[in-house]
Amino acid sequence: MFKSKDLLGLLHVSAEEISETLNLAHEYKLKIKAGQKKFSDLSGKTLVTLFYENSTRTRTSFELAGKYLGAHEVNISASSSSVQKGESLIDTGKTLAALGTDFIAIRHPMAGAPHLLAKTVGVSVLNGGDGMNEHPTQALLDMLTMHETFGSLKGLKVAILGDIKHSRVAKSNLFGLSKMGAEVWVYAPRTLMPVGFDALGAHIARSREEAIAGANVVMGLRIQLERQSGGLFPSLSEYSRFYGVKDDMLSIAAKGAIIMHPGPVNRGIELTPSLIDGADSRIEDQVTSGLCVRMAALRLIAEYREKNGL
Amino acid sequence: MKTLIQGGNVVLKDRIEKCDVLIEDGIITGIGSGLEGDEVIRASGKTVIPGIIDMHVHLREPGFEGKEDIASGSLAAVAGGVTQVCCMPNTDPVCDNAVVVNYIINRAKQVDLCKVRPIGAITRGEQGESLADIGKMAQAGIVAISDDGRSVMNSNIMRLAMEYASDFGLKCLCHCEDKTLVDGGVVNEGYNSTLCGLKGQLRAVEDIMICRDICLSRSLDIPVHICHVSTYSGVDIIRAAKADGVKVTAETCPHYFALTDDIITSFDTYTKVSPPVREERDRLAVIEGLKDGTIDCIVTDHAPHSKKDKEVEYNLAAFGMSGIETSFAVSYTYLVKTGALTLPELMRKMSYEPAKVLGLEGGEICEGGVADIAIVDLDADYVVDGEKFLSKGKNTPFNGCRVWGKVLKTLVDGKVKFDAEKL
Repeated sequence: MFKSKDLLGLLHVSAEEISETLNLAHEYKLKIKAGQKKFSDLSGKTLVTLFYENSTRTRTSFELAGKYLGAHEVNISASSSSVQKGESLIDTGKTLAALGTDFIAIRHPMAGAPHLLAKTVGVSVLNGGDGMNEHPTQALLDMLTMHETFGSLKGLKVAILGDIKHSRVAKSNLFGLSKMGAEVWVYAPRTLMPVGFDALGAHIARSREEAIAGANVVMGLRIQLERQSGGLFPSLSEYSRFYGVKDDMLSIAAKGAIIMHPGPVNRGIELTPSLIDGADSRIEDQVTSGLCVRMAALRLIAEYREKNGL
Repeated sequence: MKTLIQGGNVVLKDRIEKCDVLIEDGIITGIGSGLEGDEVIRASGKTVIPGIIDMHVHLREPGFEGKEDIASGSLAAVAGGVTQVCCMPNTDPVCDNAVVVNYIINRAKQVDLCKVRPIGAITRGEQGESLADIGKMAQAGIVAISDDGRSVMNSNIMRLAMEYASDFGLKCLCHCEDKTLVDGGVVNEGYNSTLCGLKGQLRAVEDIMICRDICLSRSLDIPVHICHVSTYSGVDIIRAAKADGVKVTAETCPHYFALTDDIITSFDTYTKVSPPVREERDRLAVIEGLKDGTIDCIVTDHAPHSKKDKEVEYNLAAFGMSGIETSFAVSYTYLVKTGALTLPELMRKMSYEPAKVLGLEGGEICEGGVADIAIVDLDADYVVDGEKFLSKGKNTPFNGCRVWGKVLKTLVDGKVKFDAEKL
């Protein structure tokens, strides 16, 4: 059970809560792989996905997580709702609450938007990514894949390469993995490295090699194409040459190291195609993990709601 | 009629003396013991301070009366012990012509609480492109010019404004923000902006324009005033300029010496302000700057907003804090109770120096001076609750903070304009 009605980020989630989520998600994964797609854990409950940004993976997996667990499920896109008519986030939240919604999974381009929603309504809010802040279910799914691969997170070296500055994925992974005893190394062009990331607990590598050497996990992050027009790096080819992960680099990683990426991948930019499709890649497994950790998070929050009479 | 403030601890220019203050026709005519008056205000055990002169206030009228108007802002001012406010021109329409100046002055006369001194825009519409009607506004009664809320990015326009305004004895009050470097930043860039994923602004956003305006002042030999200094580096730049003889003065606000950006991590939009609250090293440097005279004045940058402007995503929320009702208590608590300044030194920063920078009346309790006075209880503490503000703007970052120094009465030209007992 979670200690809060919401899942806003991993900053304030304990190692015990993370472990419980991963264990439950693993159980779901085994059942789903065995062909079971029907559960009654959330039967009679309502989940709304409220997405102010585009998404394939996160949205679909929240949607299917709700459906597999037996909840009513509704999707709202900012582009096809009252949001387009200028309705405020708070008013949208109140409307959804008045319709009897139990859970809102929200993605929003601005940091803190899920917190604002959670503070205003009694509905449980699951953060599906807020600006440059957090993306807790992504980090949980990454941790599930790592945990299943290595049997534990403790002592792992995780190298994250790419646009750290704008990455809520990197940050949630840093918070989560640090709590679970793993070591997070990051590498990025100086223009894409946020100030103070070391003070948050990350090791800042001075080269790709330093980040990857001895790493158990090599994770690429998507480079948004608009960052180039913003002047953060000169060109994609230059980015790929100096900051991309190349085939031969895995040789300096730890034995049995895996390749991960939150997707969608820019093939040949962050990672080479042979790394993406190779035997060490866990990119597809991450997607399955995503479904399972979202099911687990929903169920644990539902338990909190039930226990606290919400 | 003679009004006597009897037996209070009176804050004079350089000391505190237990004595009486006699007021006749709005003028202080006697300071001493055993004085007599027709009307007696007992102040025994209380402290009598010069009325605060807040030279950086947004009264929002005309145009944004949902946030504040001249009546509510003036009432909030006197409730904060403020007897004179200088109001910034970023209204709608912008105060860039004599008609708006006259409107503000007339409204303030009708309201008749504190003295309201309009500040005119530097450029037409605060667009930074062509000079506003500075001469006509001077004639109508502005006390300075400013494009507050933004910098005049074109350095030649700024140069011309400083030169032209000096003909009318007016100073430029410089909001320092290099808008080409802001890049959407809403908080200080540092550990906390990374922690909570809000886009940061470098200190250089502010420092570059402080340097630019100091360079202009030095080249032209025209005085300039730097608004709301928030960075340690900005304090250093101003200190060095003063040491070199540049005619620069500077102000800061209570939130820059009382708060750090630790407060932003709650995503509470009441913490959003421009320039942003910064880190402990900046906070300490601002206090040091106040102590050694680098920073001359304390102002509020009182920026009231309606709920609608604040109860939104952090990025979308309006910049600004409602501060005029708490400025004395916060300043007393964070500067005098901590031993950084003495009470007479604090009152110089809040009253005498602003009067000197802008050439206003008031600023000290002295014989022959105007009777703009506040009576405060330094031993009375309270917990700040913005919902109880008289200002329409409830947006204070100090909600829940315990502060000392309650304003009991405020007199403007010898007349009681605020009495806490009659609330």
